[in-house]
Amino acid sequence: MIELVELNKTFMLGEQSVHALDQINLRIDAGEYLSVMGPSGSGKSTLLNMLGLLDRPDSGRYLLNGLETTALDETERARKRSEMIGFVFQAYHLVARLSARENIELPLMLSGVPGAERRRRSKQVMERLGIADRGHHLPRQLSGGQRQRVALARAIIRHPLLLLADEPTGNLDSQSGAEVVTLIEELNRDGITLLVVTHDLALGQRAARQLKMVDGRIVEDRCRQPAVPESAHG
Amino acid sequence: MGERDSLLFCWQSITRYRFRSAMILLAIGFGVAAVVVLTALGEGARRYVLQEFAFLGKDVLVMFPGRNETTGGLPPVTGAAARDITLADVAVLGRRVSGLQQSAPLVLGSAAVSFQQRSREVIVLGTSAAFVTVRKLKLARGRNLQLEDIERASVECLIGQTLERELLQGEAALGALLRVADYRCRVVGVLQGRGDAFGMDLGDSLILSVAAAQRLFNTAGLFRVIMQVREGYDPEQVKQQVIDVITALHQGENDVTVVSPDALLSTFDDILTAMTLGVGAIGGISLLVAGILIMNITVISVGQRTEEIGLLKALGADDRLIRKLFVLEAVLLSVCGAVLGSLAGLLLLLLGRQLLPQVDFAVPLWALFGAGGVAVGCGFLFSWVPATRASKLLPLNALQRR
Repeated sequence: MIELVELNKTFMLGEQSVHALDQINLRIDAGEYLSVMGPSGSGKSTLLNMLGLLDRPDSGRYLLNGLETTALDETERARKRSEMIGFVFQAYHLVARLSARENIELPLMLSGVPGAERRRRSKQVMERLGIADRGHHLPRQLSGGQRQRVALARAIIRHPLLLLADEPTGNLDSQSGAEVVTLIEELNRDGITLLVVTHDLALGQRAARQLKMVDGRIVEDRCRQPAVPESAHG
Repeated sequence: MGERDSLLFCWQSITRYRFRSAMILLAIGFGVAAVVVLTALGEGARRYVLQEFAFLGKDVLVMFPGRNETTGGLPPVTGAAARDITLADVAVLGRRVSGLQQSAPLVLGSAAVSFQQRSREVIVLGTSAAFVTVRKLKLARGRNLQLEDIERASVECLIGQTLERELLQGEAALGALLRVADYRCRVVGVLQGRGDAFGMDLGDSLILSVAAAQRLFNTAGLFRVIMQVREGYDPEQVKQQVIDVITALHQGENDVTVVSPDALLSTFDDILTAMTLGVGAIGGISLLVAGILIMNITVISVGQRTEEIGLLKALGADDRLIRKLFVLEAVLLSVCGAVLGSLAGLLLLLLGRQLLPQVDFAVPLWALFGAGGVAVGCGFLFSWVPATRASKLLPLNALQRR
């Protein structure tokens, strides 16, 4: 579904140029569950933004469902984002003045779905994520776990093919973090392609495919060992 | 994004950022209210002045001796005195010009009027009974002058209310005998109200027969002749006839000036309309200031909502939509501000009318719609630049506030 070919991205940090993505080659198939780990500044967030069409590479190719995205203009990229990609951020990024339900319905509103249909779909997704009774609350009236569920509901309400999560549990206590992880893994089992960027080893190791990045390169790409006893290998 | 949803989204932003919205509303409201009130003051002044002159009516001509002619050099200060207009001239006019309903000759001076021990220096008008009707004066008590022969002095006189109060001090006015210089006259009527004319206060004046005044001031010439044009006649034609007759009477010399109030009024009208436009423009400046405030606040708002812009873009909003949302919000605010400002201005005018009933404050429609239009236009123009800037933010940078 996703193919990155020799993707490069360089930032200027003061006087110094930082190679955030260095000749990245990567294939991701539909329905995969990936985690990206690595130290700060290794380029993992840049990779996520690149995959999410939030950023443009300096060179290289990015094919999304066979479409060459580097050739698209900003408007077309915005449309692709809204159709195919859902985001979950560490800082939630909820609009403070809008209620939970309004936040969740925002992508539908932006793409012109009528109000009644929006309400039906937001109700559905809120029930699924266990926040059906929080619809009228403003973000500041919600706990961190609830906020991240609202953000998750917003990310999946358009049924994206790809869900990108940037430290989804970074601001949460362990219990609400575990709940959020359970939810996004459930979504993955239903067929959504899931990519999680994290520092958290325990979270990263849950993924079926684990990437490790250092200095803008993918230094490790391995599949999790099937949970079978050692003796079965012989 | 649908139009209704765009409006809803902006409306939510306006109603949920109350302080910011209130500031913009206040600024635009003030601007619009200023234009409304200032132009209404100008318009009120215009109407007041026109109304002050309206006593003359459109069917009245005023004739006075002398003629403004532009000739070489300085005009003689004295000497080249024009020929007087006499009562005989007026009589001839009445006979020859069929378009004249009636004429009131006017002799003007000031004299000491005394009653018993009290004396008061007042304006003395010598005229005929026609004066009261042409000038549409009202009598508080008594009756108008009754002159059988305009050439003969009568002992009857009218007095204004101020004079009555000061001189008679409560004693019966009607029938009272007054001395005017060396002459005696009997009060037959009291004028009502002030009835300003030519800057004189008729309330503090004495009106007697024109012949008596001519004797009093020892003059044969008339100060003014006020003529009323008969209904159905064109004042301009009658004016020309009057000039022709007088020219014939004065040995072929046109030495009088006849003014129709229409000409006078239209001059005043022009001046006062210009004044209204001027004060309206001053109000317009405050609107412009409001527009700049809109720009500042939109800039700040874009700064504060950078994250939101990034998010909207991540959720699939394109540049045009972002710009549209910000511009729409500013325009929506301006419309609300313009409506509130107009209402506030109109309310102030209502109050003004209560306090100063004699001035007819009214907002010209062009000012009302102009102010509203300028306000909304400012909202649109001044939000365009910051909104465009907002729309150009890269989603990633906006989200991370870089």
